[in-house]
Amino acid sequence: MIAFYLEPDSGVPAYLQLVRQVEHAIRLGRLRAGDQLPSVRDVVAMIGINPNTVAKAYREMESRHLVDTRQGRGTFVADLAPAAAGPAAIPAALARDLAEWIARARAAGLARDDAAAVFDQELRAAYRNEGIA
Amino acid sequence: MTATADQAAAGQSAAAVESSGLGKRYGRTWALRDCTLSLPEGRVVALIGPNGAGKTTFLSLVMGLAEATEGTVLVDGHPAGGPGALARVAFMGQDHPLYKRFTVADHLRMGYELNAGFDLPWARARLADLDIPLRRPAGRLSGGQQAQVALTLALAKRARVILLDEPVASLDPIARREVMTVLMTRVAETGATVVFSSHVVAELERVCDYLVVMSRTQVQLAGATDDLIAAHARLIGPGRAATGAAGGDGDVPAGVAAVLERSASDAQTVLLARLSGPVADPRWEARPVTVEDIALGYMAAPGERYQPSPRLSVVSGSQS
Repeated sequence: MIAFYLEPDSGVPAYLQLVRQVEHAIRLGRLRAGDQLPSVRDVVAMIGINPNTVAKAYREMESRHLVDTRQGRGTFVADLAPAAAGPAAIPAALARDLAEWIARARAAGLARDDAAAVFDQELRAAYRNEGIA
Repeated sequence: MTATADQAAAGQSAAAVESSGLGKRYGRTWALRDCTLSLPEGRVVALIGPNGAGKTTFLSLVMGLAEATEGTVLVDGHPAGGPGALARVAFMGQDHPLYKRFTVADHLRMGYELNAGFDLPWARARLADLDIPLRRPAGRLSGGQQAQVALTLALAKRARVILLDEPVASLDPIARREVMTVLMTRVAETGATVVFSSHVVAELERVCDYLVVMSRTQVQLAGATDDLIAAHARLIGPGRAATGAAGGDGDVPAGVAAVLERSASDAQTVLLARLSGPVADPRWEARPVTVEDIALGYMAAPGERYQPSPRLSVVSGSQS
């Protein structure tokens, strides 16, 4: 069963932190289809978090089709959780393009942090209309 | 997942505490003025503000420990201080008041005799979990243990509305975490509404889903934390040199409703802002803020007020 944690200074809303932890665990294969998630009450007792936040996180996981809620039985990792497809679902060509770009950035004398800043800035600009939170 | 949590999230729940034009004057000094709040059922409400802001006065009025000078306050629809309201609220005072010479067991017995719905088995089990000796006089417990006993007594009452005045102010970080975990677990079990006051802003995001900021006897900010986070941002943009603004105070991108904090230099301007819409100006970058950032931002800008549709539950109720 997954153990949740919270990073108070991350700037990411608490409910979204829980969603991302499940996504991440599925991606890494630590959670598999059919695995049960802890009950809302167990998560509350585990990390001292507001139960409404946990309920909201579980609803968000449902709407992203990461989990199924079976009435009276609990919440389980969905059979075809999208994140489960993992890195294999990302076209190899995209990763290759990025690797090429990184090589060019290095050749141009950019340090790792410089390259990351450029990437981050372009990423934000591209996705800026999809909301700030 | 409880029905209460669902309703609260859907914004369709009734108000657990509803105040209208509420005010309290002690002699010639107002301790609370013009307080109109609608705190939704099933929420965990943090009441934040500096000492003297009116937090304790508000809680005292809701509990019926003091009488309003003006305005009204209802608990689950019942006038505060009346029998209907008193049966629905539990209160834990700031100094965790216990009878120093009475044992913990004596306190449990009193709670049981005085409150019809008192959950004695739960209270015993909880104190056992915390290794608090039932036969020890309350005055010989540590500060953290006294807080736990007072909280247990308040929570065992199984009230619909739990009011806590500075529940963790006197506690060390570990006891603080323990107290909040017990409180959150109880909310998960019972669906009760919790209103707690605090002058400490740390770790709000973890526990509260509704925020009220008070300053100088008035409500400054009130709303669901998700809504507040969505309506505020930190904006990073060009400095005075780029904009040519003389004082640096004029340049604000479209989409900003109010600036809570500004730090400007020639190179860069950083704003903590309330938004009225998306910030499309490519020279400005919008970064998300935390509940703590928002609470501190309003406390630092006492003139700013924001209470998005405080009567939402009443409006939706009258339409249905």
